[in-house]
Amino acid sequence: MKRRAIASFFIAAAITLNGCMSTRQSALDATGIEARSILHLWWFFLILLGTIFAIVMILTLGALLRRQPASERQFVEQHHTPPQERERKLSRMVSGAGVITGLILFALIVISVITGKSIAPSGASNALLVTVHGNQWWWYFSYDNDDASKIVVTANELHIPVGRPVLIRGTSLDVIHSFWVPNLMGKRDLIPSRITEEYLTADRPGRFRGQCAEFCGLEHAKMALWIIAEPPDQFQAWMNQQLQPSVAPDDPDKQRGLQVFLNHECIFCHNINGTPAHGQVAPDLTHLASRSTIAAGTLPNTKGNLAGWIADPQRIKPGNYMATVPLESGDMQPLVDYLESLK
Amino acid sequence: MSTLAELPSPQLAAELEAEHQALRRVWNDRGGFWGWFSVTTHQAIGMRYIVTAFIFLLLGGVEALLMRFQLARPENTLLGPDLYNRIFTTHGTTMMFLFAVPVMEGMSVYLVPLMIGTRNVAFPRLNAFGYWMYLAGGLVLYGAAFFNALPNAGWFSYPPLSGPQYSPGKGVDVWAQMITFTEISAMCVAVEIIVTIFRMRAPGMSLNRIPLFCWGSLVQSFMVIFAMPSVMIASTVMLLNDRTIGTHFVNPAEGGDPLLYQHVFWFFGHPEVYIIFIPALGMISSILEADTRRGVLGYPAIVLSQVATAFIGFGLWVHHMFATGLPQIGEAYFTAASMMIAITTGIIIFCWIATLWSGRLRLTTALHFVFGFLFIFVIGGLTGVMLASIPLDLQEHDTYFVVAHFHYVLIGGALFPLFGAFHFWFPKFTGRMINETLGKITFWMLFIGFNVTFFPMHILGLNGMTRRIYTYPVEMGWGPANALATVGACIIALGGILFIANVLNSRKNGKVAGSDPWQAGTLEWAAASPPEPYNFVRLPVVNGRYPLWLPAEERAAVTGMRTDKREILITASVDAEPQFLHVLPSTTIWPFLAALGATIGLVGSILTFSWYYVAVVLAGIGLLGWFWPRRPLEQEG
Repeated sequence: MKRRAIASFFIAAAITLNGCMSTRQSALDATGIEARSILHLWWFFLILLGTIFAIVMILTLGALLRRQPASERQFVEQHHTPPQERERKLSRMVSGAGVITGLILFALIVISVITGKSIAPSGASNALLVTVHGNQWWWYFSYDNDDASKIVVTANELHIPVGRPVLIRGTSLDVIHSFWVPNLMGKRDLIPSRITEEYLTADRPGRFRGQCAEFCGLEHAKMALWIIAEPPDQFQAWMNQQLQPSVAPDDPDKQRGLQVFLNHECIFCHNINGTPAHGQVAPDLTHLASRSTIAAGTLPNTKGNLAGWIADPQRIKPGNYMATVPLESGDMQPLVDYLESLK
Repeated sequence: MSTLAELPSPQLAAELEAEHQALRRVWNDRGGFWGWFSVTTHQAIGMRYIVTAFIFLLLGGVEALLMRFQLARPENTLLGPDLYNRIFTTHGTTMMFLFAVPVMEGMSVYLVPLMIGTRNVAFPRLNAFGYWMYLAGGLVLYGAAFFNALPNAGWFSYPPLSGPQYSPGKGVDVWAQMITFTEISAMCVAVEIIVTIFRMRAPGMSLNRIPLFCWGSLVQSFMVIFAMPSVMIASTVMLLNDRTIGTHFVNPAEGGDPLLYQHVFWFFGHPEVYIIFIPALGMISSILEADTRRGVLGYPAIVLSQVATAFIGFGLWVHHMFATGLPQIGEAYFTAASMMIAITTGIIIFCWIATLWSGRLRLTTALHFVFGFLFIFVIGGLTGVMLASIPLDLQEHDTYFVVAHFHYVLIGGALFPLFGAFHFWFPKFTGRMINETLGKITFWMLFIGFNVTFFPMHILGLNGMTRRIYTYPVEMGWGPANALATVGACIIALGGILFIANVLNSRKNGKVAGSDPWQAGTLEWAAASPPEPYNFVRLPVVNGRYPLWLPAEERAAVTGMRTDKREILITASVDAEPQFLHVLPSTTIWPFLAALGATIGLVGSILTFSWYYVAVVLAGIGLLGWFWPRRPLEQEG
């Protein structure tokens, strides 16, 4: 009775502490099929191991608090060992506890391996294949398609259809990163010269934040991503829209913005489909305005933030590889107007 | 051999006094400036290890506080990303390589010869050399701070981030070379401890009578011999050579394999945890024996569990790499191995709890730390079981859950036992008792501060806070728990200050302790407090596991050994029957000079590879002086 009370106290404490915090990016707020089976396993482990902890602590404190008969005390002081019979009894209890530990651990191994199998990459036939590249410090996504003209490329924001497994196939072009969106699935390292895979399946629409989980240098802290899970038809609409080339600027201001873009260093690194900009080392900007954040989840995507980011990227994310491009004073507004028109 | 029961005889007392004076002349280290660099007695070198390591603990602690202040609130700007990365790298490196391992080695160097009843370690000059190399390694790392060359790629330095392309500058080279220094030092101690324990035990101390702390040191030393070469291959052979002479081991840009580095590094890195933890188990056993006034229940079970832990410890390194995506069958194997280790540690803990139940408890500060250890370490062990499960690890890996877990394991499993051991052996080290009231207050501050700091990190990790981030946005909601953790860190710091004050005060003003203030059973308590440089006037003869708990008339000592040389008794490795006498070398400056030569060369090689040749030549000169035969030959020994 007592031990159950203590175990439930710890669980209650954990839940309360958890409740104080935002659960936006959390393994405890599972919304994916994979994350949920991990979460079930977690609660099972927590309750079982919490109970074991309570028992061990009760036994330890018991030794401290129990009243020891004087005869026993004197015996130990004299012989530096308890009476043989008691020693034998305690030894048997220790052996028994050892055996029970072994059995519990065996059960935990079996249940872990079963859960591990259920979430491991295995050929789901209808899976949506997405290639992820980790970069210092942003994410490259491309949606696989047999028809090369139908490959959608985007950055830092991944749209996925609800209910369909997504196969994340990843690698890195610089250092090791780790792809992690805790609400949907555990993490998978992205390793240069290797390809790693994992499945994730959202079972309701929503926006889920993730971030790089393997230390990747200066701006490891500012390498976030968003996954947007949508109903299949909305997802399809998004895909169709992403396949379009960029919106041609329709007024002189934005036309000037495009010219600013093309006549500065921007063009060496960024791609905008439908324009001569075909840089491949930085995020694709063809549909920049359709994304909710810039600089890999660092800032909300607004004109003001974008202007601040272009003017001095080092202030916002010190050490990142975006060039600080010197612009004439009148160039910034048209450039930002143009970029924010790229729906 | 004579029995000490004869002690009252005035003739014997005069004899003992004469031997004491003679031994003192032979064993006293030279004084003066050069004498300080020539010390070869194990108490002096052990204490240098302990004090130096403690200074590094303070430096690592200050780094931890800086990190806690940076993370105390979201979007904090106290430390920029570069400085933060350098500080967390230096914190981890300091705590692992410059504090935890060396302090355990220092305790072994100091205590093992006393506990097994001999006069020094088997290779006193190697012992001195090891200490100087360790000190040099620490100075190299912290010296780099003055050249803005502190490493910044993490204490694990994974390539390609740590490779030539992504970590230009000398920081990672300094890190890798610092490892070379500390690993050489660790290997020196390991070899000494193994030979000392196997061949220099008091007559009669058969394997089944070795104190549990010495078993811990022995097991740890074997682990060091198998694990440390692995990290030298990773850091020096692979990483440093990739960086300095363009080899292609682990640099993917040159066709190398970054995962190879992780495998080799963790083949060291996981056993490293047990290298730190197993001697701490020995400390717990020693404290328990004295403060429950009974031999630990299940001595053979504890010894075998320690040995088994050492073996299993080498078979589970991949659980640091579950997120890299191994084939299923391999993953299942490493899950099983990682969980199996809970059985061996579990049995040790059950034995201790049974000991507590059947002993006569004396609630000293040391025993407080044992209870603190049980609480903290059991939590750390159970979260370790969670991390062994691959699905759970995929969520918890590289988050603050892991930060919480390993601080529960390392602070709970090593630092609490170590603080208990400091309080327990303080009278032996200094000859005076430490203030118990202040000791207990220290315990409560450390215990509460620790849990306030690290318990919230479990929840932070589950709520998605990743490791090694220098800041986080407000919306993440991680602010309150981080602020709480920072408060806890300040409590720990205050506890640390109290401990230092207590030590400094008690060693001047504490009550005089006498040789055996705890009425404990093992041999170190038969020596004076603090021990004479030769430990025992006459080497003890042992006929039980706890020789001092036997009636005085059953105690015996070795007679007839020379007192004009540093002579020791070599005994058989299993039954400890006396075999022959051996003369140990006296004070010498050559180990210091050899270490200095090696240091100049190794530091130079950070700049240019050709300095390796300088290292070889200078260290070679040092070794020539070291081994130069002296006439008459017997003086050398």
